Amino acid sequence: MTMAQDYNETELLITIASHALEDDSTIMVGTGMPMLAGMLAQKTHAPNATLIYEAGGIGPEARALPVSVGDSRTFDHAFKAAGMHDVMSYGQAGNIDFGFLGGAQIDKYGNLNSTVIGDWEQPAVRFPGSGGANDIGSWANETLITMRQGDNRFVDELDFRTTPGHLDGPGSREESALPATNGPVKVITQIGVYEFDDDTKEMTLSTLNPGFEESDVNENSSFEIHIPDDYERSPEPTDEELRLLREEIDPRGIVR
Amino acid sequence: MNVLKEGNGKLLGWEHPDDVYRWKQENKSHALEDKRMSAPEAVDAYIDDGDVIALGGFGHVRISTPILHEIIRQDVTDLGFFGKTAGYDLDLLIGAGNVSEVEVAYSFAQEQRGLAPASRRGVEGGDVTVTAEASNATLQWRFLAAKMGIPCIPARILDETDTFEKSSAMVVEDPYSGDPMTVVPAAFPDVSFIHATKADKYGNAVIDGIVVEDPELAAATKRLIVTAEEIVDSDEIREDPKATDIPYFFTDAVVEAPYGSHPAEMPYEYYFDEEHMAEWIDLSDSEEGTQEYIEKYITGTDDFEEYLEVAGGEEKLADLEAIEHYEKEATYPWK
Repeated sequence: MTMAQDYNETELLITIASHALEDDSTIMVGTGMPMLAGMLAQKTHAPNATLIYEAGGIGPEARALPVSVGDSRTFDHAFKAAGMHDVMSYGQAGNIDFGFLGGAQIDKYGNLNSTVIGDWEQPAVRFPGSGGANDIGSWANETLITMRQGDNRFVDELDFRTTPGHLDGPGSREESALPATNGPVKVITQIGVYEFDDDTKEMTLSTLNPGFEESDVNENSSFEIHIPDDYERSPEPTDEELRLLREEIDPRGIVR
Repeated sequence: MNVLKEGNGKLLGWEHPDDVYRWKQENKSHALEDKRMSAPEAVDAYIDDGDVIALGGFGHVRISTPILHEIIRQDVTDLGFFGKTAGYDLDLLIGAGNVSEVEVAYSFAQEQRGLAPASRRGVEGGDVTVTAEASNATLQWRFLAAKMGIPCIPARILDETDTFEKSSAMVVEDPYSGDPMTVVPAAFPDVSFIHATKADKYGNAVIDGIVVEDPELAAATKRLIVTAEEIVDSDEIREDPKATDIPYFFTDAVVEAPYGSHPAEMPYEYYFDEEHMAEWIDLSDSEEGTQEYIEKYITGTDDFEEYLEVAGGEEKLADLEAIEHYEKEATYPWK
């Protein structure tokens, strides 16, 4: 069904993620793909969505792309230049609709690892750690996860659970000290978009990306992803979306 | 209060609030006195081997580079570090061998620029110990509790993760709802240094743009060095008191430091020096390269003024100002 692709995987992930964002919403973004997805949503179906950065930038209309969650582009022509205490408090108290997360590993319940590969005390690879991820995963009303899929990344058991998803399955978030949010709602990879089953809280295929087969889903996962009969295909980026990304949002190709 | 779970990370920077209260009464002057000094004087006076330190700003944004350099030149060792959002700042100190312990919210990486080679070598090779994991809100609120002079503060984060297991937080029974509730302990750094847009000689300081964690950190830390782009008359502070982010009685030293955040960004003033960042990322890939960088820019220069000359001088700085003000496009040679 696919024609010769004139877009790359990053552009596909960004456009799909942007579709998940709603107008008139508050969105916590980080640098990279999340920021571009938020900006693309603003320029298409969600002109009144507000981007919020964890270091304090609220509602920028930035003339250039930020490279840090705390640089001046995150509060260029913004509603407020706040601080981290403000933004984290706003989120914890129920004022942020969407949060974006990524990670090196994910499990079937959407818990994420961005801390270490291997043993914590003697790590094979040391990653940055939680940053704001544990916080956003704890309190954003709905969390969107973007990451590359592979069987070394979609794992049965995380090397380290940095950030809460649906924890150990149904009921476990409710029993925890975390706010009663909806938790992770979508995982967006180069292969497909996954949601979490209402009853089991396990990852299930929602839409399959252009150019991929159904078999690619589980060949690139160490846990079984449920594949329903009625999944659909993810839409390809439109010419207009690609133009916005390439010409207006990230003309220098910093993220793309 | 019933303790339900305890993280097993090392409790860095916690003291009984009464002890800190008494320490402040005995050691912090509340006099309106001229606290201006040089970066070497400030580091010599206030930063000792083994101290637990924290930086203002955001790792690659609004950092106090003259203080980092002086820590390296004076060879202060065995520092503990709150990696709140650490970037070039912590990476440089790890590369130079000044830091032995880190509590990590975000560390060992350079945001969009990728992982930090010098830090990874330190932590994967065992020279640097991670004392505990945290999250950005965890450290932010550890400083908030310290600012408030209370032993701990509730937060609805961390529970049921390994980040919690390796943290110094606890989960207790909320006395009101009876539900589980995370509490994070106060953190009182021995000394912190914060780069501000402007300050007066007493240490009242203004930060233009986002303040990140600095109003809480300034109040939490026992000793505070403020570096500032500009020292201004107190009347200028008084003309817009709502803009003051740090009142003078937290501040122990005031260091005038134009371009003091270089090669990090200073909002509204100058952009990241991405060529310099790329050079650091490239050189810090090896131990020899790391030493070459440190010799070229830090131990081989006498002071911050000379460093700025070596790093490109007026021409370079004018360029970074133009980029910050959208008059020129940035380049990203690390990409």
